[in-house]
Amino acid sequence: MSAATASTTTSDATERTRALLTTADSGRRRTDRAMQVLIWCAFALAMVPLVWLLWTVTTEGIGRMSIDFLTLSTRNIFGGDPGGGIYHAIMGTLIITGIAAAISVPVGILTAIYLVEYGKGWLARSVTFFVDVMTGIPSIVAGLFAFSLFALFLGPSAQMGMMGAVALSVLMIPVVVRSCEEMLKLVPNELREASYALGVPKWLTIVKVVLRTSVAGLTTGVLLSVARVIGETAPLLVTVGVTDSINFNPFDGRMMTLPVFSYRQYHQGYAPCPAGESASCVADIAFQNAWGAALVLIGIVLLLNLVGRLVNRWFSPKLR
Amino acid sequence: MSITDSPPRAGTRTARRRRSSDRGFNRGFRWIAVGAGVLILVVLAAVALFLLWQAWPALTAGGDELAAEVPRFPADTSFLGYVGPLVFGTLLAAVLALCLAVPVAIGIALFISHYSPRRLSQVLGYLVDLLAAIPSVVYGLWGFLVLAPVLTPFWLWLNENLSWIPLYGGQASTTGRAMATVGVVLAVMILPIITAVSREVFLQTPKLHEEAALALGATRWEVVRTAVLPFGRSGVISAAMLGLGRALGETMAVLMIISPGFSYSLDILAAGQHQTIAAYIAADFPESTGLGINTLIAAGLVLFVITLAVNMTARWIVARRKEFSGAN
Repeated sequence: MSAATASTTTSDATERTRALLTTADSGRRRTDRAMQVLIWCAFALAMVPLVWLLWTVTTEGIGRMSIDFLTLSTRNIFGGDPGGGIYHAIMGTLIITGIAAAISVPVGILTAIYLVEYGKGWLARSVTFFVDVMTGIPSIVAGLFAFSLFALFLGPSAQMGMMGAVALSVLMIPVVVRSCEEMLKLVPNELREASYALGVPKWLTIVKVVLRTSVAGLTTGVLLSVARVIGETAPLLVTVGVTDSINFNPFDGRMMTLPVFSYRQYHQGYAPCPAGESASCVADIAFQNAWGAALVLIGIVLLLNLVGRLVNRWFSPKLR
Repeated sequence: MSITDSPPRAGTRTARRRRSSDRGFNRGFRWIAVGAGVLILVVLAAVALFLLWQAWPALTAGGDELAAEVPRFPADTSFLGYVGPLVFGTLLAAVLALCLAVPVAIGIALFISHYSPRRLSQVLGYLVDLLAAIPSVVYGLWGFLVLAPVLTPFWLWLNENLSWIPLYGGQASTTGRAMATVGVVLAVMILPIITAVSREVFLQTPKLHEEAALALGATRWEVVRTAVLPFGRSGVISAAMLGLGRALGETMAVLMIISPGFSYSLDILAAGQHQTIAAYIAADFPESTGLGINTLIAAGLVLFVITLAVNMTARWIVARRKEFSGAN
């Protein structure tokens, strides 16, 4: 009696196990599908602002593009006057970012060399740690630092391009160090050892072998870090100020830069036009200018990104 | 190249040789490299010291003195009472952005590391990184002129139907210049950093763990849930904290979108309630003089300390994970 029951339960259990193993588990599969769709959606969601933003900037900014817009400044341009351009801002951005790069690139690459080739012990560990921490410094704080530094020598009312360059290099150095460090680590040790075996001293090995091998990667790192800081607004607003005139001298007086120009125009808002729209007074000219400057800025940033990636793809040695 | 030309004498050979490899250009080059590393530490220390030096007059001045000399300084309060609402606004914006960004960022990171076609994953990574390359002033323009009008009807709807939730209460802004819009824009801006760090961690998941899960009959999601996510948890936490650091210090997008106010209100849909430290400094700095500048720099010092603490915690978690992870 009891034996029979036991055998039926056993066979029931076997049946159930068999059913479990042979039929698909629809619940689990459904979860899997749902999560797959969700994860694809997350990626699509991130692409929405990117495409939307690039589209808006292009369509809004393209109308303002002209030779005049790129070669004139906004000196003596008031109200809704549709004249003037962003030449002064373009030059300011190029000069200030150029100086920042000239400060940051040597310091950044040398620090990366120190970390990869020499770094041992507590000093290397703390440099690595604080470089990482430094990447998180808010840009406005870097601007305040440059302001305080120059206030020590020149008094609190100083505003000039050099201050902006110092602020930008505080932001740029850690980015250069991080990316160059990665690139130097990719150089295989065999190359260094082969060089030592030929009796080449260490410094010459670094200059002629390590840097030569990784030059494409270093270029990429530098270009991407320039792209990172070229759009910084807040530190320049604090240190460099605004001007309507062309100023090529980073040691004397205020300079205009593209992001700050864009912000200033946005800040101006609508211009009061007495007799409605006319050729000499466009009410939303400030917003058009802001979009135009934004388009030029984004163009520069995307170009730097593209060139950076392509340099790495085409010129880096194949290490396989 | 005249470093090894004289043969060392016996006896002093080892000492000689050790020294002879560190002479001339070799030594000079090493010192330059070490100097660059030290310079970075000096710069970071200088940032803290110079900020402290410039902020000191404001930190030591009494509330009355500050109120007399600094425009927009509320009466009957100390420096702490003045910076408090700003800290609150900064934290609110950052936390809001973080809540929106982290789930999406984890999804994108998983997509790139485990779901997308292998050949495409690098290009897709670049696309996400492009979001970080777009200047913040452009985010501000877009957020105010394009995104805010689109989001406003949605905010009004939330305000009308869900106002019993504390966050959605109050008088909703009809222009979208509220903390909620700022949160959305900041979330987009911090997506790339969170994605990049999480992606790195997910890619480090030991292949054996994933294959073991697959061998037990797990579906792809179950592999992610049982092998990838537990392995990457601390990495995701530190990625989120790095994103938090970015959101705390973001200036232009906040400055251009929000209509500022100084309160401890939680109504993220209302205008004129909040302001962040960074945006406040950028807005007031050009018109400030004397003690006003000191006060703004003191506020900047507070921001610096907050972000430094957040970033150091995040990096510490990453570093600790690297040491103890037996997977690599």
